[in-house]
Amino acid sequence: MPRGIVLGLLGPNGAGKSTTMRMLTGQTKPTSGSIQVLGFDIRTESKQARALMGVVPQIDNLDTDLTVEQNLMMFAVLYRVPRGERHDAVERALGIAQLKDRRDSKVTELSGGMKRRLLIARGLVHTPELVLLDEPTVGLDPQVRQELWSLIDALRAEGTTVLMSTHYIEEAERLADDVAVMSHGSIVARGTPHDLRAQHVGERATEFYGPPDRLARIEESAKAAGLATRRTGPSIAVLRSEDASVDVLADLGDGTPRAATLEDVFVLLTGEVLE
Amino acid sequence: MSARLPASRKTRRYEWATFEGVWNREFTLFKRFWLSTTISSVVQPIIYLFAFGLGVGTLVSQVDGISYVEFVGTGSVATAVLFASAFPGMFNTYVRRVFQRTYDALLAAPVSVDELALAEATWIAAKAGFYGSFPLIVTFFFGLTPTWGMLLVPIIGFVTGLGFAFFGMWVGATIKTIEQTTYITSIVLTPLFLVAGTFFPISNLPPGLQVAAQFNPLYHCVELVRAACFGWDLPADLYNFAFLVGFAAIMWFVAIRALRARLVD
Repeated sequence: MPRGIVLGLLGPNGAGKSTTMRMLTGQTKPTSGSIQVLGFDIRTESKQARALMGVVPQIDNLDTDLTVEQNLMMFAVLYRVPRGERHDAVERALGIAQLKDRRDSKVTELSGGMKRRLLIARGLVHTPELVLLDEPTVGLDPQVRQELWSLIDALRAEGTTVLMSTHYIEEAERLADDVAVMSHGSIVARGTPHDLRAQHVGERATEFYGPPDRLARIEESAKAAGLATRRTGPSIAVLRSEDASVDVLADLGDGTPRAATLEDVFVLLTGEVLE
Repeated sequence: MSARLPASRKTRRYEWATFEGVWNREFTLFKRFWLSTTISSVVQPIIYLFAFGLGVGTLVSQVDGISYVEFVGTGSVATAVLFASAFPGMFNTYVRRVFQRTYDALLAAPVSVDELALAEATWIAAKAGFYGSFPLIVTFFFGLTPTWGMLLVPIIGFVTGLGFAFFGMWVGATIKTIEQTTYITSIVLTPLFLVAGTFFPISNLPPGLQVAAQFNPLYHCVELVRAACFGWDLPADLYNFAFLVGFAAIMWFVAIRALRARLVD
C-alpha cells in the first residue's frame, strides 16, 4: 500500500474487511502467511506497528466510565505521546472531534455521531502515520457522514495514510484514491475507482424497466450478445452498453443509458446474491 | 507497506505506558467512588463483628488464646481482601471484554494482553491490601491492641489480592454469560472464606476439611494476619507467605493464558 493515500476496502458484509483490520493490529492471527505494517512484522513486532497506527473500530468501544477528555488522555498515554505534549494532543483531538465544549461529558451522554467522532479522534490523538477506519460512517445521518468524509479528506491532505473499509459504494467512490474489492476473504480487484470502472464495466450502462418477463428476455438477449447484466430491483442494467452493436440495441428495445458506477463493479465482482 | 522506521524503538515485554494508562484510569474512577468504597469497607467488618462477635461471642469468649472479637476482626481481613479482589477481577474483566469491549480498544493500541492483565491486577491488589486492612482498624475500637507487625497486613492483603484478582480475571475471561459468576460465588468463593479460619478455627472442622483448608489461600492469609497481630511463628509463616506467592503466580499464568485465548483470535 503506497503512503499518503486513502485505500478503500470495499466488500459485502462478511467479505473479511473487519478481519483484515484485526489482523493488521495483531488481534487476529492469520492462519498462514505474514503481514508487514510500516515495516514491522506483525507476528513478532505488532506492538511497534500499533504505536504508529490509529485504529477506529466499527463497534463503539469507548470507555463509558470516563469523560470525553479522559478517553482521549488515556489513549495519549497508551500511545506514548510525551508527557509535555499530551495536553496539546488532547486539545487537537477534541478539535478534530468538535467536542471541545463537551470535554467533560460522559460518553453515555453523547449522540451516535459524537461518539463516532470521538472514536475517530481517539485513533488520531498521537498523529499516527497509518489510520485504520473500519466502516467509519455506518448507521450515521447523511449530515454526519459528510462531516466525517471531510475529516478523512483532511487526513489525506496532511499526508496520513488511510485504510478504510466500507460497504458503502459512494463512500469509496468519493474518498478512495485506490479501491480493493474484497469477496470471500480475498481481494478480487484493485485499482482507482476510474480504472476499476473502465476495466470491469466500461463507460456506460443502460437500464431497462418493465415487467419481469421483459427483464428476463433482455437479460437473455444481452447474454447472447456477450454483455454482462445486473439486476437492480425493478430494472435490469446492461453493462458496457457502449460496446453493443446497433442490432443488439434494437433487439433490447428502449432503455435509459447512464454512466457506469463503482456499484456496477462491486455487484459484478461480488455477485448479485449474497450468501 | 514500505518500511519507515529503522527498527529503532525496541519494545520491552512490560512497558510503563500501559501501567500509567490503566492506573490513571482506575485512579480517576477511584476519586469518584472513594467515599462509598471507604464507607462500605468500614461498615462490613462492623457488621461481622456485631453479628459474630456479639452473637457467637456470647457462647465462646476465647478461641486459640485470643478473644473471639479479635479472632473475627482479624479473620475479616481475609474476607475483605477476597471481596475486594475476586469480584472486581471477575466483573471488570467480563464487562470490559464483552459489554464495553474496551479491551479490544486497548489491544489495538500498543498494549499487550500481559501488560493489561498485570496492570489491572496490581491495581486491584493494591486496593484489596489497603481496604483489607480496614477490619483491623475497626477492631481497634473493640479492644485489639495495635502492633508494629500489623504494618505488614497491607502487604499480605496485596499478595492474597493479587492471586484472587487473577483468579477473578481468569473467571471473567472464561465464562460465557455473566450469570455464571453466581456459580463461582456460591460454589468456590463462599466455601473458601468459610473454611479459612475466619469466623471459626479450622481445628473444629472434620479432618477432611482441615486438610482441604491447607490448600485454601485464604487460610494462609488468615494465619499470616493473625501472626502479624499476635506474634510470628517464622518457619510456618514463611511457608504461608510462600503459599500465597505461589497461588498468585499460578493464577497469573492461568489468567493470562485465558485472556490471550479470548482476546486474540
